Amino acid sequence: MQKALINLETLSCPSCLQKIENALKGLDGIEKESIEVLFNSSRVRTNFDPESITIETIENAIENLGYPVIRSRVKAA
Amino acid sequence: MQRYILGKKNQITLISAILIIVGFYSHFVLNNMTLTNWSLIIASLLGIAPIAIQAYQALKVKVVSIDVLVTIAVVGAVLIKNYEESAIVTFLFLFGAYLEQRTLNKTRSAIRELTDLAPETAMKQMENGEFEEVDIYDVDEGDTLLVRTGASIPVDGIVMTGDGHIDEASITGESVPVSKGPGSKVFAGTILENGTIQIEAELVGEDTTFGRIIELVEDAQDSKSEAERFIDRFSKYYTPAVLGLGIIIFLFSQNVELAITALVLGCPGALVIGVPVSNVSGIGNGARNGVLLKGSEVISDFSRADTVIFDKTGTLTIGNPEVADKQFYGENIEAALGFLASVERESDHPLAKAIVNEIGETTISIVEETEVIKGEGIVANVAGHRIAVGNVALMKRENAVLSNQAREDVKRFEKNGNSLVLTAVDGELKILMGIRDQVRPGVKEELQNMKKLGVKNLVVLSGDNQGTVDLVASELGLTEAHGNMLPEEKSAYIEEVQEKGQIVAFVGDGVNDSPSLALADIGIAMGSGTDVAIETSDVVLMKSNFSHLTHALGLTKSISSNMKQNIVIAIGVVVILLAGLLFSDWMNMSIGMLAHELSIFVVILNGMRLLRYRL
Repeated sequence: MQKALINLETLSCPSCLQKIENALKGLDGIEKESIEVLFNSSRVRTNFDPESITIETIENAIENLGYPVIRSRVKAA
Repeated sequence: MQRYILGKKNQITLISAILIIVGFYSHFVLNNMTLTNWSLIIASLLGIAPIAIQAYQALKVKVVSIDVLVTIAVVGAVLIKNYEESAIVTFLFLFGAYLEQRTLNKTRSAIRELTDLAPETAMKQMENGEFEEVDIYDVDEGDTLLVRTGASIPVDGIVMTGDGHIDEASITGESVPVSKGPGSKVFAGTILENGTIQIEAELVGEDTTFGRIIELVEDAQDSKSEAERFIDRFSKYYTPAVLGLGIIIFLFSQNVELAITALVLGCPGALVIGVPVSNVSGIGNGARNGVLLKGSEVISDFSRADTVIFDKTGTLTIGNPEVADKQFYGENIEAALGFLASVERESDHPLAKAIVNEIGETTISIVEETEVIKGEGIVANVAGHRIAVGNVALMKRENAVLSNQAREDVKRFEKNGNSLVLTAVDGELKILMGIRDQVRPGVKEELQNMKKLGVKNLVVLSGDNQGTVDLVASELGLTEAHGNMLPEEKSAYIEEVQEKGQIVAFVGDGVNDSPSLALADIGIAMGSGTDVAIETSDVVLMKSNFSHLTHALGLTKSISSNMKQNIVIAIGVVVILLAGLLFSDWMNMSIGMLAHELSIFVVILNGMRLLRYRL
């Protein structure tokens, strides 16, 4: 398991949180309980299994919803 | 394509504004209805594109978002040929979102100021020995970094070469620069005022003290209170419910206009955003003023606190005791003072320091067989004499008889708020010293302010003798004072008042009072951002300054009421709009959307007032 910390451009509607959360939940290799979408700091934290999903796929899923990713970091969980 | 449209949202908003103006101009001035209709249709279609994309993506992940409601409403309006409404609603929605983003950035500005203190780059020593500027994320533990005058320290580390003065206000709250040289510890986020140093990185990024403070603040601003979690759950079902309501209205009345108006009026605009906005502005204000609030739950608890307990007199007093009164008995006082100084200079007790300072230059003898008697004092052998230094109980144990005169002196000293130190040489009382601590300046006024803010009980619990504690209490206007208390008795006291239903805030230094900090409803660590303080307390005051404590209390009260105001505004707007739809004939989609966007704007502006909060 690895831990991803993704910085997004300013989130302005709280319903974004639900969208991002649901979108990530739909991906394989993401630890569902670990998903945290932080509204005020405009960040996403989640644990994922690097063998079944890459950080790029995760970023893409978020960007496809219309929320540009500024930067992401991956650490050992 | 989708991303392209979403990225051009601002341009789309501007174009649709122009088209709407063209439409109205041709309607009322040119009377050209064809041009009017076409410009409004184009404005609607253009404007709805990004909203529809967001709606589609939301539905794809099974979320009925506000975009879904607006898209259906606008499509409906176009179908019934109400182009004016459809164009204005899309424009207002887009423009509102734009303003929201701009103003939300402002509410978060205080916290960004804090995070910006940490540098983005560092001068790192490469393999060839040269220093190169690299991204902060490329710095690892063990790297050697160069920091020049005026730059922020990028990591927690040790100075290897060079020296300079560092402003550590971001960590300790203390703005007087500290001198650093080889071997000194330096902290990320502090600023090198002068000099050039090379440091070895020990902790980087989020592991640094500063990184943890930032993480704490960032977590806090997104933490949710019970009320917020309720609103979240509520809004999850609220939006689909509005959609359902729209469908029901359509089925029963067959009136598209009425149904889509209901969709727009029911949008949950200000409700979901009102509380987070108050939260982030309030916590930001705190962070800027050296008050770290660990989340919404803490804010709500602290704002209701009716009892504030101070853990020791040192919190209220300067904590730098001095000998205020002294009395000598019998002969050979000079020798006795020498013995006393010899014993005390080996102790790190705060009272010992005061005594050594008071005596000054004297003959120092070798101290042997030192025995510490807990809660009473020290007994030792100095130059062949048995020296006992301690309180009255120790004198009794040593069979040193107190004369009537001495007894009276003891009483008088205690009444003056002194801590007593008696010295006996070979079982004979020689010296009585009264040691007193000064009350911190400004504390009395701040305590009065806390009372004005609604705190009913101000209590000090202290290990000092009752006389000292009583004096401080009466000087400061505390409601209760308990002396001679052991740490476990303090905890027991907190439990006792909690059982009476009081909400207790406990103020300590965060070092040796963790049980009480944890036990109290709100644990407040005063002093610097030390690790322990950050871990165990709910509120961290970066500086031992009482005005920060009152600021924190007043701030939490303001945040709480600000949240309530925002909830009332949000619910009020929806209720008024729906009532308007049912009981009047002037209500339409555009007015509804305008009211929503305005209410969102109002709650954000209301939240922003907290950024400027001062007591």
